[in-house]
Amino acid sequence: MAVELDVFVGNTTIMDEEVYQLWLDGYTVNDAVKVRMAGGVLDECEANQDVLLSDTMDQYRTFQMCERLLQSPAKLANQLLFQIPPHRQTMLIERYYAFDDSFVREVLGKKLSKGTKKDLDDIGAKTGVTLKSCRRQFDNFKRVFKVVEELKGPLVENIRQHFLLSDKLARDYAAIVFFANNRFETGKKKLQYLTFQDFAFCAGQLINNWTVGAVDNMVEDMDVDLDKEFLQELKELKVLITDKDLLDQHKSLVCTALRGKTKAFTEMEANFKNLSRGLVNIATKLTNTKDVRDFFIDLVEKFIEPCRSDRWTSADVKLYLTHYTNSAHILDSFKHQAVWDRYMGVIKSCIFKMYHD
Amino acid sequence: MPGKLKAKIVAGRHLPVMDRASDLTDAFVEVKFGNTTFKTDVFPKSLNPQWNSEWFKFEVDDEDLQDEPLQITVLDHDTYSANDAIGKVYIDIDPLLCTEAASVISGWFPIYDTIHGIRGEINVLVKVELFNDLNRFRQSSCGVKFFCTTSIPRGYRAAMVHGFVEELVVNEDPEYQWIDRIRTPRASNEARQRLISLMSGELQRKIGLKVLEMGGNAVVGYLQCFDLEGESGLVVRAIGTACTLEKHSSGSLVNTHTHPNTAPASNACNSPSKDGKEPVFGEDLPSSSGPPTPFRNLPTSSSSPPPFSPSKPCSRQSSSSDTDLSLTPKTDESQSGRRRPGIFLCPSSPVLSADSLSLPGSGSVGRGHSSGCRATTPPIPSFTHSDSALLRKSVSFTEDLLLAASGMGSGGSAGKEAGPLKTLLRQQTQTALEQRGASSSGLLLNAREFPFFTLTSFPPGFLVHVGGVVSARSVKLLDRIHNPDEPETRDAWWEEIRQEIKSHAKALGCHAVVGYSENTSICEEVCILSASGTATILNPRYMREGCLDIGSTDHRFDDPSPPSCGFCHIPYDELNMPFPAQLTYCYNCRRQKVPDVLFTTIDLPAEAAVTGKGCLIQARLCRLKKKAQGEVNATAISNLLPFMEYELHTQLMNKLKLRSMNALFGLHIQISVGENMLLGLASATGVYLTALPAPGGIQIAGKTSGDLNNEQHIQSIQKRINDTIAKNKELYQINPPELTEEGVGSPIPEPRQRSRLFRSHSESSDEVSELDLSHGKKDAFVLEIDDTDAVEDIHSLLIDASPPTGFYTCNTETMPGIYNWTTAVQMFTSVRVLRLSNANLSNQSLNKIFTDLCENLLKSFYFKLRSNIPCCLCHLNFTVAVPEEELIQVSVTAVAMTFDKDQTQERFITKGGNETEEQLQFPLELCADSSSTNTQTSSKFSGVPENTIVSSRAASVDYGSFADRCSTWLELLRLKAHTIRRGSVKTSRRTQSLAHSVSSLENCSPLTEGRPRSLRSSRSFGGSSVTMVKMTPLSFLPGTRIIKYLGIINMFFIRETTSLREEGGVSGFLHSFIAEVFAMVRAHVAALGGNAVVSYSMKDCVLMENPNKNQAQCLINVSGDAVICVRETDQEPMTSMTNIGQSCTADGAT
Repeated sequence: MAVELDVFVGNTTIMDEEVYQLWLDGYTVNDAVKVRMAGGVLDECEANQDVLLSDTMDQYRTFQMCERLLQSPAKLANQLLFQIPPHRQTMLIERYYAFDDSFVREVLGKKLSKGTKKDLDDIGAKTGVTLKSCRRQFDNFKRVFKVVEELKGPLVENIRQHFLLSDKLARDYAAIVFFANNRFETGKKKLQYLTFQDFAFCAGQLINNWTVGAVDNMVEDMDVDLDKEFLQELKELKVLITDKDLLDQHKSLVCTALRGKTKAFTEMEANFKNLSRGLVNIATKLTNTKDVRDFFIDLVEKFIEPCRSDRWTSADVKLYLTHYTNSAHILDSFKHQAVWDRYMGVIKSCIFKMYHD
Repeated sequence: MPGKLKAKIVAGRHLPVMDRASDLTDAFVEVKFGNTTFKTDVFPKSLNPQWNSEWFKFEVDDEDLQDEPLQITVLDHDTYSANDAIGKVYIDIDPLLCTEAASVISGWFPIYDTIHGIRGEINVLVKVELFNDLNRFRQSSCGVKFFCTTSIPRGYRAAMVHGFVEELVVNEDPEYQWIDRIRTPRASNEARQRLISLMSGELQRKIGLKVLEMGGNAVVGYLQCFDLEGESGLVVRAIGTACTLEKHSSGSLVNTHTHPNTAPASNACNSPSKDGKEPVFGEDLPSSSGPPTPFRNLPTSSSSPPPFSPSKPCSRQSSSSDTDLSLTPKTDESQSGRRRPGIFLCPSSPVLSADSLSLPGSGSVGRGHSSGCRATTPPIPSFTHSDSALLRKSVSFTEDLLLAASGMGSGGSAGKEAGPLKTLLRQQTQTALEQRGASSSGLLLNAREFPFFTLTSFPPGFLVHVGGVVSARSVKLLDRIHNPDEPETRDAWWEEIRQEIKSHAKALGCHAVVGYSENTSICEEVCILSASGTATILNPRYMREGCLDIGSTDHRFDDPSPPSCGFCHIPYDELNMPFPAQLTYCYNCRRQKVPDVLFTTIDLPAEAAVTGKGCLIQARLCRLKKKAQGEVNATAISNLLPFMEYELHTQLMNKLKLRSMNALFGLHIQISVGENMLLGLASATGVYLTALPAPGGIQIAGKTSGDLNNEQHIQSIQKRINDTIAKNKELYQINPPELTEEGVGSPIPEPRQRSRLFRSHSESSDEVSELDLSHGKKDAFVLEIDDTDAVEDIHSLLIDASPPTGFYTCNTETMPGIYNWTTAVQMFTSVRVLRLSNANLSNQSLNKIFTDLCENLLKSFYFKLRSNIPCCLCHLNFTVAVPEEELIQVSVTAVAMTFDKDQTQERFITKGGNETEEQLQFPLELCADSSSTNTQTSSKFSGVPENTIVSSRAASVDYGSFADRCSTWLELLRLKAHTIRRGSVKTSRRTQSLAHSVSSLENCSPLTEGRPRSLRSSRSFGGSSVTMVKMTPLSFLPGTRIIKYLGIINMFFIRETTSLREEGGVSGFLHSFIAEVFAMVRAHVAALGGNAVVSYSMKDCVLMENPNKNQAQCLINVSGDAVICVRETDQEPMTSMTNIGQSCTADGAT
């Protein structure tokens, strides 16, 4: 006695969110049945294991048939094969494109290529995410990357419209695309303490302020590539550390403002030149692709680590950077206020985000 | 040249990649109708081509318009090699031929390929211009409306019911032609799809012709089936009920308008009695102030049935089944049918086996070429009786039979003695025939007509009395159909069966059979034909004269029984009962006799008084048989049939008792034949009819008393049974009011017999006779345990799990006791195939397997649909098949309907306590009242004298039709408002087709492409660009009103794969195919402008697989009615009344 065939098709496609999640997470049918049984779903409806197995199989088949559509979500809305109410469609898409932070943290900044794909089983083993799920997530990244690559207009908006994602998820994908495109190094040990959300925030800052799109919003790749002109202009900031007078002047202005406001004042004063040199050097080197990749490492090495070893609090960092930025405006001979603001605005918020107490 | 078909190919989307090099496609489209083909330009290198073609025009006969589908083929252009087909769309343009249905087909259709499934979509616009031609009804029957719905469609009123129409066409199956050895599977499948599409078009046209001949304008309860007879051919057959329908909305308004003298008619509509006699506006054409069209005249002639009715001059169709039969002596009018639920009748006339034996004679009629039939026919019909009701009375069956004057012997022996008795019996038949002819003058002429109705629910007052289930089966050997133009053999087969049904009904004192259906089961060359229905007495007021042969002395209608129980009262004469039955006075009115159990194939009448809720009851049975060929096989099968029917009925009866219920509705018994087994599945909805006596319990009796062990065992079983009954009573809320002794009225004259389930023969059953009437236990069933079989049976009785809390089940339209449905419906189809292990299985273990299969399916449904709780699984339609040796296939289509748990919203209970569908209309009445201003204003515009309305309101005698009427006005208003709101088209939909100039203007404008979509999106429930199309096997959608029927959906698809594994095995293959079929149905409905399919059913799902070759093939046939419905609560803005007035006249003018 074997069930040769067993299907159940609803006019409105029946999808159980729990099973969907299990499918997305890469569970096999049998494992999914076990999980569901453990979850107590059987008690709900006087069902038995066979019923559960049959239901899970049906749903898995449905999801597999849907997968093709989920890969170009715009099709899901006007395809005819499955009748799915709009709010369910949104849920399906959102979940399909959702990812594990632990997984994305591993892939972030890596080239979305076949080579990386081959490493997925290692990543899976490391993060505890099933290989199937890893593949889906990786393919999602790649797909979004490919589509957005050729589009004009704001990155987040493009992702949102093309993949019908929520704003939050679209922003995360923008960050992933941005990191993949610029190949930012995120895997170094020193950066391990940073979460994906930290990086996503930074990416948002960079996209909004440092890309071509920040000044012109109708060019290709506008939000993916950094503004070359701006990077060139950043070289001008060198004067802040090369001009001895300017450096001293800057330091005294900052110190005056900080005095008495923090316990770490002594350290700040002592370290000022070092820190300032670090930040300005990062700026001036950004014309090199290699240095762009090391941007976050540099931030950690040149600024965050020294501060942390001096036991600055977040508030200290904030205070310091605010005055550091603002004081530059008072420097008479410093002419690059606009570039400075554009640079420091991003640096400030990135460091705030990256500075964990 | 009476029709011009126009088609325009707009665009495609999501096309498959056909050119691997560029990952693109160079698509173009061929549009074919009949023998004419047009092509669009190639739209190069795109997966979303915009052809935006010119209008392709086909000038064709309307006959062709009815028969042929529009074929659209999407191809990929290839410069060097042959163009590759991407897929096809078949569009049935029938809905466009009916003025009242859709006026344009416009929308996205899935492009379907029989090998690859759906491959993208194509946007098509189709229109038809029909030229009015006086002679147009010659060969075509444009304008006859078809409904799958087995009740009078909502929004219509049956002015007259004309009766049964049937037709069948045969052809050779392309799949079995030699050419298929060399054809590709794709070509073969497409040839088949095309042929079946053609055949069903032809069939529908022919049925339409018959309807017109009868003077009707619509077919209700249209049921079309395919018999894939393999090498012997392909049969498409259909039955239906011809009616003259009047549309509530335009009809009523206009009526009063043009015929001032019928002004009281709308008033009279409140009493169905007068209603029926109203002159019929045969055509549904609203006859308002518009200029008379040529065929305005027709209605007048058809409105008076006589000229058309008496005998059908079955004009030119060679395929007509009527032709030869009146000549044959086999019209076994006189057979005593026998059977009604719960009681097997003893032959009251000497002709018990006459029907079976006369058949050999009749057999020779249509049997010129079939040698096999001759041998097989005789035994079968004799078994046929065993149908519905051998039930518990089988003791009396045998006894009475022996006592019967005729002494014809039992059914079993009849077959064997057939030969010698043949002549004698034929004589008898003939005598009887003559007698009949004499007694009811002129009836012979009509004898060929069958008083059958495929309807399952009726307007109030239509159904007078219900006798019980009648059914007939017959086993035939198939042979090649030599001449497709003369399918007499098949016709004759059905004719036999119908005759038998008819005579059974007569034996029950009934003149009509309702809820009638026919089906077949084919295995190799053996075919079981089955028909069943419910014998009833109908109110002749609604019938065309001569449609029913009602004796002049028939007084049964005079007696005004209360509607809530009248139909339960026995139709037969109690002194001269056709069988011994257990009668009591009706527990409701106490005036008439009722039987103790009632089995029917119809839906529970809306007005019936029911206690508690109902539930699905199934009897399942497997019987092994030896593999055999030809006649031997047919004989073996026909020998098994009566036993199967008997078993099924025993099971049904026991399960009914176990649930403490006393009536079955929607009974459907299917017997399916396989190479080495027969499967029987009977499904019905059990209820407790208040009018019928309470069922007794079930008593277990051991054969050998004294054995202590045994005694204990029996006691424990008895306890379990009693517990189950008690539990079920609670579950289904069956607490009939306790009756006091005097309440019962005068004692019943006949001794109440103790009913007995016949297992092993036992002592006379008269011992327990007089018992007090108020206690249930006295007519307890006795189940005797004398062997292991019996024990098994009892166990299997108890095995059926009741549905979990929050679920109800039924196979009828609605569940008594539940009224507050929400709008949430979930239609589903589920198919399960079980492979039996090779081991030698006994009947018992097979039964167990089969029962478990069904039970597990139900369990699966409960689980899957648990989010819909509280809900009722309605119209659970199980179909069984034995596709191959050792395979059992069960397919189920049903709908889960959610209802509100708290009964606060419960609708009023109307006077008769009638509380089903009709009730859904009740709020409308209220709403009609509250918005009386609207109603009246509208009436002003349409020129109805106001007093008509007032009077109709004052005279709300009959609630039903009144509510209908009011709601109709509202519907009309709403429909108009709806149209107006859509904005793009100013007048009603119909006017669109009238105003070609307008539409063509529109088509020039760039707006055109957007229009259909904008139409649609305003209609869609959700925000997506695809219309949500709801589907339901029921005739209505809760919480909504159907404002328009757009035409019948009848589609046939074949899907084949040569990469079964890659498609996820056979489950994956079928899963996607069913999803595709749903998608195509929805797309067609949406293109017609609809948003729902009602009365949806999957007639066939034939799956063949060959996993070794990695191949599978599946055929699916679905049907239903496309409709537009609006939410009941939708208070659409009543836009300017002038527009309504205009569109009314426009309606009329069309």
